[in-house]
Amino acid sequence: MTTLTTNYLTPTGREEAWRFTPLKRLGGMHDGSAIVADRHSLTLAGAKATGVSFELKSSSDAPALSESDDAIVGRIREAARDVAVLTISANTEVAEPIIFKRAPGDVQSAEFARVQINVESHARATIIVENTGDTHLAEDVEIYVGPGANLTLVSLQEWGASTVHAGRQHAIVDRDANFKSIVVTIGGSLVRLLPTVEFAGPGASCELFGVYFATSGQFFEHRMFVDHKVPNAKSRVNYKGALAGDQAHTVWIGDVFIRAAAEGTDTYELNRNLLLSDGARADSVPNLEIETGEIVGAGHASTTGRFDDEQLFYLMSRGINLSDARRLVVRGFFNEIISEIGHEEIQVRLMDRIDNELAKAGA
Amino acid sequence: MSTLEIRGLKVSVDTENGAVEILKGVDLTIKSGETHAIMGPNGSGKSTLAYSIAGHPKYNITGGTVTLDGVDVLEMTVDERAKAGLFLAMQYPVEVPGVSVSNFLRTAVTALRGEAPKLRTWVGEVKDAMEALNMDPSFAQRNVNEGFSGGEKKRHEIMQLELLKPKIAILDETDSGLDVDALRIVSEGVNRAKETNNIGVVLITHYTRILRYIQPDFVHVFANGKIVEEGGPELADKLEANGYAEYVSA
Ligand SMILES: Nc1ncnc2c1ncn2[C@@H]1O[C@H](COP(=O)(O)OP(=O)(O)OP(=O)(O)O)[C@@H](O)[C@H]1O
Ligand SMILES: [Mg+2]
Repeated sequence: MTTLTTNYLTPTGREEAWRFTPLKRLGGMHDGSAIVADRHSLTLAGAKATGVSFELKSSSDAPALSESDDAIVGRIREAARDVAVLTISANTEVAEPIIFKRAPGDVQSAEFARVQINVESHARATIIVENTGDTHLAEDVEIYVGPGANLTLVSLQEWGASTVHAGRQHAIVDRDANFKSIVVTIGGSLVRLLPTVEFAGPGASCELFGVYFATSGQFFEHRMFVDHKVPNAKSRVNYKGALAGDQAHTVWIGDVFIRAAAEGTDTYELNRNLLLSDGARADSVPNLEIETGEIVGAGHASTTGRFDDEQLFYLMSRGINLSDARRLVVRGFFNEIISEIGHEEIQVRLMDRIDNELAKAGA
Repeated sequence: MSTLEIRGLKVSVDTENGAVEILKGVDLTIKSGETHAIMGPNGSGKSTLAYSIAGHPKYNITGGTVTLDGVDVLEMTVDERAKAGLFLAMQYPVEVPGVSVSNFLRTAVTALRGEAPKLRTWVGEVKDAMEALNMDPSFAQRNVNEGFSGGEKKRHEIMQLELLKPKIAILDETDSGLDVDALRIVSEGVNRAKETNNIGVVLITHYTRILRYIQPDFVHVFANGKIVEEGGPELADKLEANGYAEYVSA
């Protein structure tokens, strides 16, 4: 085990990117005081399909694909000696989802992990990452979706109650490729994720879906950035969150940047929050920066509301009691996104967990 | 045999300018097997009466009583009223995003019967009810009322009436927005529910057309928050000919 000593980049909390995050609860991952664990908790479940390789490379053999000014990403790149690299070779269609599991670690030390996912041209795959248990994890996931390729990445934060997870999922989406991401955050003490997309070729598209449900004391932050720097790319963002219980706090930031070169851009982002009780706080900040007027469309919407009395009344007027009616409405609220996963067993498991969280919160 | 008894019911709603009284003392008794038509001008308080009986939180009861077989309805929560045997087919059925009709119906029938229905017979029941109302089976997979046309929403309400088997049903303008064929189909649904379960029906309507399909035993004229005249089916024809002028100016 080693300790990170450099003090560069340490956020103070005054920076725009850190102004919502309770830095004290990051377990020292941001300021270098965390003890660096040498665990590799990411494992591939099941057999590798043809055309799929997964190996641990030394950092020097797997240089970063992208730049980042995030302090934690900087420390990960300093600390990680290896990179877990998944490659799906060109023209491969992987029928079954590729499932990764992150094993629980411990909360005395922090794992600084680098992952690269390389989907070569015209390949097609779904990757599901299942995060469970208690750990401290700082994670830099870089994704390259090659020309004409198609990747669905499902990232499930079903963490235990004391997990701290700071992660970036940066996708570089090349010409005519499509990247679909579904982020589900329903467990952990503090989760801060940066789902970011950089379009590298015209005709690329991305759909960023997300669901989060924070109960008492949990802090979940999702901070998107979509960089439209090439013409004719399309992005859709749809994140839905629910909050219940005292001190539950969520943050959603949707930054979309349409550069001068990005003519023909089509983008829309949406964030909806459901406040299920008093004392919870949902921050939602969509932000569109546009350098060219030659675009197809650019829009955003953000709403934060409570239960719709009319919906509850309608359900209850059919004999359904208040808590079941609320459960139905919350399930319905999340269903639009959860059903995008396309994996029945996982969808049922997530909905059950959401039910449980709701019941525990007594909302 | 059930009796819904409404006595001196007064209801107000909260507005920016304080409470406004909408119902000003309504008396009405509905027994199993009876059909009561309520007709009255826009804004006279018909939906307010329907919602107040169902327990919508927007309406404040400021006076009077509502009992079902002697039991105080006003003390009950909304779901308890449904369990006691009351049903409201709404003038504007509510969309519930992400909740499928099939899931909704199963949850409702489980709540009303106190146990989950046997899957196989239940699927058959739903299928029959949908067929009888000329609804495409795909509606079962769609979200409750979401994107339904006006007429489809009304059929969906009557489908619930048939499946949930209440004792007393209040149908708030179920006929509005229905085409001629749908009006007949929906009316047949109501008549089936009446025959099989001997329900008491309150039919709120603006048109005598539906009364040709569903024969009322009593017609009540509703104006300015109360019932101002009562009679038999012939009263409906008189209203159609003369309008409400004599009641409104009174
Ligand atoms: N929040 C409110 N503020 C002010 N007035 C209200 C409010 N809610 C209801 N009302 C009034 O209550 C009255 C009765 O409404 P209700 O919906 O019961 O009428 P109705 O008889 O069903 O009319 P319609 O035939 O058009 O359906 C209306 O005049 C309506 O404007
Ligand atoms: Mg009305």
